[in-house]
Amino acid sequence: MSDVLRAPHAIEYTYTRSVGPVIDRFFAGLGEHRFQGIKGSDGKVIVPPTEYDPYTGETLTEFVDVGDVGVVTSWAWVTDPQPGQPLDRPFAWALIKLDGADTSMLHAVDAGDESKMSTGMRVKARWTEDNVPDMSSIACFEAEAG
Amino acid sequence: MPERGEGTIVERPLRLDYDYTAGLAQSRFLKGIAQKKILGERCPKCGKVYVGSRGSCPTDGVATDGGEVDLPHKGTLTTFCVVNVPFAGQSVECPYASGYILLDGADIPLMGLIQEIPHDQVRMGLRVEAVWEDEVGPTLQSIKYWKPTGEPDADYETYKMHL
Repeated sequence: MSDVLRAPHAIEYTYTRSVGPVIDRFFAGLGEHRFQGIKGSDGKVIVPPTEYDPYTGETLTEFVDVGDVGVVTSWAWVTDPQPGQPLDRPFAWALIKLDGADTSMLHAVDAGDESKMSTGMRVKARWTEDNVPDMSSIACFEAEAG
Repeated sequence: MPERGEGTIVERPLRLDYDYTAGLAQSRFLKGIAQKKILGERCPKCGKVYVGSRGSCPTDGVATDGGEVDLPHKGTLTTFCVVNVPFAGQSVECPYASGYILLDGADIPLMGLIQEIPHDQVRMGLRVEAVWEDEVGPTLQSIKYWKPTGEPDADYETYKMHL
């Protein structure tokens, strides 16, 4: 036996938070398998939507439907997924700019192998079956078919 | 226009999993605890006795190889706080007192629960002793809590330099 002791040590805290009116509506859309953004003061579409304009601080109200297909703008390969991550096999964390959006959102891409990943690749949301109105409705993204 | 209602409430757990390596000095201390011993380590330069030693003296920057000190399970409560606010994962019912126990012969206090005394009677200088769990292991949870010894309170002068 080694002279040095080691043990698992877990720190866990649960936050209870209200999502607010804008994310509430974004989540409701996810439950119906569609993405919504919000139009900022400069006319750009922010996805996921924010409650306030990033430049002027004004309250934003104009929701815009965007696609569930988009382009990978940046990514990092995860060789050893951790418990609680979207996939239990190697995957990519990616910034995905959905069609019709001007900002990118972070999600997992189930590419199978790192060699299949590239910046600029087209990916599509893989929805879960349970239609829950929150992020868990998105299983992950995958390469667009065809 | 979105409704400005309360909106949906969600619970988001955040969990960090560590693989904690105690290191040599803390391992010596924890193995002592597993034998119901509270071991201190002495600085060879200043002579201070550290409990839960990290293996070196923070004042002199030298290894605490001045020898192992088998400390008594009795000491003085130097400072304390009464916890009134419940939090997730709390193991004791509020209100309760948690404090710093300076073991006799040690120069740094250990933290522990103060029980077997009403929380509003807990005071600085209170003399306390360890109450051990029936089954002990290499963890500080082996010390269930600290209870009053019944001795007269320690004179402030005897522990003021440890506050």
